[in-house]
Amino acid sequence: MTGSLLFFGILLLSLLVFLIPKPYKYVFTLVLLSTAVILTSAWAVDAYTSEAGLFSAKLPPLSKGIAISADRLSAFFIVVVNITVLTGFLFSRGYLKPWYDRKSAIQFSIHYLSYLWLYFSMIMVVMIRDGVSFLIMWEIMALTSFLLVIFDAEDRNIMKTGISYLIQMHAGMFFILAAFLIVYKATGEMSFDALGRYFREHGNISLFLLFFAGFGIKAGFIPLHTWLPEAHPAAPSHVSGVMSGVMIKMGIYGIIRVLLNLQDDLMAAGIFILAISLLSGLLGVMMAIVQHDLKRLLAYHSIENIGIIGIGLGVGTIGLASGNGTLYLLGFSGAILHVLNHSLFKSLLFFSAGSVYTVTHTRNMEHLGGLSAKMPWTTSFFLVGSLAICGLPPFNGFISEFLIYIGLFKGLASADLHQSIILISSIVGLSLIGGLAVFCFTKAFGISFLGIPRTSSAGNASEVSRGMILPQLIPVALIILIGMVSVLFIRPVMSILSSSAVQMPVPEQVSPLLRDLTMISITGGIFVLLIAVLLVYRHLHLERRKVTVGPTWGCGYTAGTHRQQYTATSFAYNYNHLAKPVIQTSKHMDDIPEEELFPGKRSFHTKSDDPFKKYLVDIPVEWLSSALKKLAVMQTGKIQHYILYAFVFILVIMILTFFNII
Amino acid sequence: MAGILLILLAAVFFPGIILRTRSVVSGRKGPGIFQPVKDLFVLFRKGSVFSSTTGIIFRIAPAVSLASVLCAALVLPFGNAGSLISFEGDFIYFSYMIALGKFFAIIGALDTGSSFEGMGANREAFFSMLVEPAFFILMATFAMFTGYTSFSEIFGSFLITDNAHLVIFTVMGIWLFIQTALVETSRVPVDDPKTHLELTMIHEVMILDNSGFDKALIHIVTYLKSAIYGSLIFNVLVPSGMVLWMQLILFIIVQVLFAIVIGLTESFRARNKMNKNPKFILAISAVAWMAFVVALILTHKFIG
Repeated sequence: MTGSLLFFGILLLSLLVFLIPKPYKYVFTLVLLSTAVILTSAWAVDAYTSEAGLFSAKLPPLSKGIAISADRLSAFFIVVVNITVLTGFLFSRGYLKPWYDRKSAIQFSIHYLSYLWLYFSMIMVVMIRDGVSFLIMWEIMALTSFLLVIFDAEDRNIMKTGISYLIQMHAGMFFILAAFLIVYKATGEMSFDALGRYFREHGNISLFLLFFAGFGIKAGFIPLHTWLPEAHPAAPSHVSGVMSGVMIKMGIYGIIRVLLNLQDDLMAAGIFILAISLLSGLLGVMMAIVQHDLKRLLAYHSIENIGIIGIGLGVGTIGLASGNGTLYLLGFSGAILHVLNHSLFKSLLFFSAGSVYTVTHTRNMEHLGGLSAKMPWTTSFFLVGSLAICGLPPFNGFISEFLIYIGLFKGLASADLHQSIILISSIVGLSLIGGLAVFCFTKAFGISFLGIPRTSSAGNASEVSRGMILPQLIPVALIILIGMVSVLFIRPVMSILSSSAVQMPVPEQVSPLLRDLTMISITGGIFVLLIAVLLVYRHLHLERRKVTVGPTWGCGYTAGTHRQQYTATSFAYNYNHLAKPVIQTSKHMDDIPEEELFPGKRSFHTKSDDPFKKYLVDIPVEWLSSALKKLAVMQTGKIQHYILYAFVFILVIMILTFFNII
Repeated sequence: MAGILLILLAAVFFPGIILRTRSVVSGRKGPGIFQPVKDLFVLFRKGSVFSSTTGIIFRIAPAVSLASVLCAALVLPFGNAGSLISFEGDFIYFSYMIALGKFFAIIGALDTGSSFEGMGANREAFFSMLVEPAFFILMATFAMFTGYTSFSEIFGSFLITDNAHLVIFTVMGIWLFIQTALVETSRVPVDDPKTHLELTMIHEVMILDNSGFDKALIHIVTYLKSAIYGSLIFNVLVPSGMVLWMQLILFIIVQVLFAIVIGLTESFRARNKMNKNPKFILAISAVAWMAFVVALILTHKFIG
């Protein structure tokens, strides 16, 4: 009880941030945040270690109080949220320094308060079972993240992006609200606990789709993703890290909650999730490749990773439907572990992209290059993040993808025709996603960090402050730890499934799986050892020989400049040809007229549109606003006309009443 | 353990045999079978020249590539003797380890800031992305047909049963492994290691700036990869219960034949036009799909 009192106290205290003098606001917020993190982590540990796998309490504001409870699934998400939110806040100190003089105390207060409340709302979202309170928290999450996104609102584009984000979040909220109302009407109770009862008595798939639409917008499944590539680049980097790392996972959390309550139509739900996830994964990474904005590229990769998580969920659901325990276990644990993994490497990548932005003031890869010599820490962080996101061993991304792969391959032997086709498509999809991710991140890393600086701002870059480097070591350490000793992490993930409401006999295949993961750890160790031996030997070898430094080989041409390097555009060129049907790249070039003997300066640029955004958001909005504009004829501005409207309205009502129509 | 030693041994002879085949076919006297290995020793003796643009990534990339390919070889079985390390899904690990090596080769090339090497890096990334699915479809077909999910078990169950259908998969497996190897080890018709124009190369242009020790490592990686694919073909072929010395002889025959096949291809075929390569590589995946459909039919999932 004291815990929830303390938590409530922190909620109230957070409002005091407005009264604290500007220089101390950060420390004040940090104290509140870390207290809350420690407190909720204790709750999570409680939930994990207790026999029933449940922690419950009441928040005391009202006489009745809001019931909060955490089962192991909630506890897992609490831990994920805690890690990323805390590192994000530690990172923000250095990142926000350039803004310190430009922004007023109030603006900082709002930013910190929103950050705190985004955190609180995420914790509450995973702990509240009651529908109304859940929706309130869901709304707070949308509002606070909106305020965080528009931190730099002097830029009009950012404000516009923020508002479009807010609208799309509310569209998602509407779906969830509608779904909850349907449950309420049928069962008289509006909560997650009533879902099971509803699903036992009513059709499953339609309500599930409604929930999926709502949660899917938050998670960013294609074609519900249109807010994501806009909002992530607009937000400050620590916020993008938190939003991409954990906030979109709240959508995944919601989907898992609903999934585990499904009673019927599981096969249909599984196939649906798998199909839409494959689409998200593939298209997400395909659109990522053509992006030149570092943070936009990362945002599209969030869609890809949500796709990978979704593939895991889909496989697990198909396992549930067909009574295949191995599929269920591997699919779900792969997906849940990938939630943690993605939160780690994605936030790390956003933080290091933020470091690059802090130093060079650009996110455009075509203006970067050669940062590896100047920013060794940031470069290595970005490299670790890239390797992990590509799912390469011995980093953490490999482990979760491996689990999903194994599930897919194991499912094949006992699958019927339909399942075989689904499984093989998922295998092909996953392997293609892997290949495309390697293509994308060799480009992102190679063009931004290697080679010769393409602009003077990249050339004059220097490493960011220690305050920004140290927080990033936390995700790096966890990424390597999960990659190298995955066995430690897979048990907690699996215990989530064993305590879930689903009555599924968890198969005995667990121990061979643990053996597989141990083997991977061993080979990972051998790999590191081999590299070390080779590098030490190389060092000793080169010491005894002549080592000279010269210019890069230019085929005999010695006056090469930075402009002759391969660019992000040229790197994606041949790929663009292949992916033309999906990616709409438009070129803009000034033509050279024939009569112009000495051509002057010309500009050329390429732009890649997101076809989904164009056809699902932009064009309908345009159509709607042009239709509504026609209605503006009514607004004449003359009071007589308005009185006439009112009179006509009353008359119509009277007539309708007279004929008993209304 | 024996498997790895044999792969290393095969890697020593592999490039030499290709070279000999080419010179014999074209009627030249040509260099000896050990010439590539001698070249390696020359490289090891030499010093190094580094581009002033390059940094730490360029310097560690070859070593990491080599380490990852060696680690990938760890999970390869040797006939009935099994592999040093075997676990469920080890072929996923194998494929991702190879990809890790490539990742470093690519960023190593990009570190030079050269447009040639950027181009090579781009092509390498692009083509290896396209070839990825073929391997996975093939392994999925094997996994579905045999019910196992590791190299040793899958190859172990090959030809155990009297199932004559397995011949189909043996043939398809061999063909697919050869084609994949051509892409992965930068051989004609995808890439021509002996071409003399930077613009037409893939792998060779990536390593323009590497010299001495690092270049030797990169060559070793390529030789090892060839031997690894040769060993995969051997594993598809080897029947269970074969005596060890027979296996050894088969291994040698397979590797030599594989190298000769590559040599003959290089002698009689020109390199593809660069923009034809995606089609060529996607065709490999298409054949893998066919293998999968055949497997569906044979396991009575599809049509009776």
